[in-house]
Amino acid sequence: MSDEKKKLLDVQDLTMRFGQNTVVRKISFHINEGETYGLVGESGSGKSTIGKCIIGLNKPSSGTIRFGNEVLKPGQNVREIQMIFQDPMASLNPRKKVSDIVGAGLDIHKLCKTPQERSERIGTMLERVGLSRDQGERYPSQFSGGQRQRVGIARALIMNPRLIIADECIAALDASIQAQVVNLIRQIQLETGTSFLFISHDLSMVRYLSDRIGVLHRGFLLETGTPDELFSHPVHPYTRNLLASKPSPNPIVQLRPETRYDYETSGIVYENGTWHTVDGSETHQVLCTDMEFEKWGLGK
Amino acid sequence: MADTAEIVLEVKNLDISFRSAGETVHAIRGVNLILRRGETVALVGESGSGKSVTMKAAMGILADNAKINGGSILYRPEPGAEPVDLLTADPAWVRKNIRGRSIAMVFQDPMTSLNPTMTIGAQLVAAIRAHETVSRKEARDRALNLLAEVGITEPERRMRRYPHEFSGGMRQRIVIAIALSCNPNLLICDEPTTALDVTIQDHILELIVSLQEKRGLSVIYITHDLGVVARVADYVNVMYAGKIIETGTIIDVFYDPRHPYTWGLLSAIPDTESGDTLYSIPGTPPVLTKEPVGDAFAPRNPYALEIDFKEEPPMFKISETHAAATWLLDERAPRVPRPEALEARIQKMRKEAADYVR
Repeated sequence: MSDEKKKLLDVQDLTMRFGQNTVVRKISFHINEGETYGLVGESGSGKSTIGKCIIGLNKPSSGTIRFGNEVLKPGQNVREIQMIFQDPMASLNPRKKVSDIVGAGLDIHKLCKTPQERSERIGTMLERVGLSRDQGERYPSQFSGGQRQRVGIARALIMNPRLIIADECIAALDASIQAQVVNLIRQIQLETGTSFLFISHDLSMVRYLSDRIGVLHRGFLLETGTPDELFSHPVHPYTRNLLASKPSPNPIVQLRPETRYDYETSGIVYENGTWHTVDGSETHQVLCTDMEFEKWGLGK
Repeated sequence: MADTAEIVLEVKNLDISFRSAGETVHAIRGVNLILRRGETVALVGESGSGKSVTMKAAMGILADNAKINGGSILYRPEPGAEPVDLLTADPAWVRKNIRGRSIAMVFQDPMTSLNPTMTIGAQLVAAIRAHETVSRKEARDRALNLLAEVGITEPERRMRRYPHEFSGGMRQRIVIAIALSCNPNLLICDEPTTALDVTIQDHILELIVSLQEKRGLSVIYITHDLGVVARVADYVNVMYAGKIIETGTIIDVFYDPRHPYTWGLLSAIPDTESGDTLYSIPGTPPVLTKEPVGDAFAPRNPYALEIDFKEEPPMFKISETHAAATWLLDERAPRVPRPEALEARIQKMRKEAADYVR
């Protein structure tokens, strides 16, 4: 797609401190219209905090978040940005009917003029995510984990958002159900052109959904690129380690991480890094010093 | 055939149900399992398939509403010794001699398995002294050695720390140290790395594998992650709706899977080479309040035959080590090839394996 890509979300130098702890350090990335950006990192890498800053649940310590033409105020909540959470049980009110959970956004923003219109929109949305209209009359406890996550997706989608932040939205699901939810999200991407920020610890799942991926560690964005670039040519030792650590389902070939990556002993200081472009690619970039860039065999 | 003296654990026709809210859930519907000395057997399945319940029965830690309808769990503490049936043995004797001593268990969440109000040193010493009469000093020395063995540096200093002062991976190492404190024969690991990041998971898996080799442990590994199985196990049992539906060596099951459910599980693993959609098994696992008619997987099985909806398939033997419960293996069944994408993936894995060995 060579036509003008429009930036929908532009995050610049986002920093988040909690007391003494800086959990997100000067992170910059953008998401184009209709694009899905995957943020990958382990626990404590700051990935969820970034999502919460964008949706206004956390107030960033510094940096700017631009959405469309608007610079978001810290803590500002925009209707066009919606979120899907990790734990479908904890994020759905157990005392409310599913139809009311899905319709909550419509009610709050008074988007429906008549009850008929409201129930019609809720019903259509439930069908859209693979549930039946009747199921709206049930309570979350009567649903399986995968179905609950569909409810979470419906609740986000009914607001016609331009950006959906999905924070580990498949991590709590079984393998066969994970695939169903991943495919549902994929289908929504194609049909609606909604942009996604897909936050996950699982690099292999992220690649199915993302146009570009950013790898986070200790609050730093270390490497970013298209799935192909990251999988076929990971540059940063941390990215390489992350890829090799995932056990392969091929019992004879267990690719062991060539070197165990340990930040403390690696000699790499993330603070000193600057952005380097890999192989002249517009999308593939890595955070490192000139010397490291050279050492990793990428100088010139 | 290896002789029976080497069998550590043998589960026979295990049948367990739970009563909950006036309904009976038939969670385990005839499970058979054999574990030999020094081997690792994996139980794979989705939540509710019965993998954890099977092992909790062996440990005698089933919930109060569980009812054992039949079967036996024979455990042989030493080679050649007479096996004991853990289901009929005196619970007090099992508690004193087997559970936590001869059979140890590592659970998923290291934070909930450790006591947050005790230093880890105190917890290790308590675990050692609960089963053996040793002096405090000796227990302390053993605790220090155990911590070093599971890869915790500066054990002297770490002994005085509380669980919350450790990272998830470190906590799981401590849990493993406690599990090993009484020199068990059999280690049951129930999703030991599910709560951990992949890089940490890798370290813990390697630790378990190396401890197993060093101590000659037999290990049962409960997991939903086939990648983990491929990494650690010798044998794998795929569970669905309270039954083992395919069993074999990891070579059998990963390179020549026969049950459509196993096909689905393998296909649903994200590949490193991207395709556009990820295969997903349609539908959801059955709720076992109603006894399934025929094959429990039939409603989700695109390859189901008519008979699958009527009669439950027996285990068909494929080789000395490999068996699967699907009517597709009956000689009267039509020949159904594996899904194309999966077949391609298996061919690729075989080729990678051949290149790797060379």
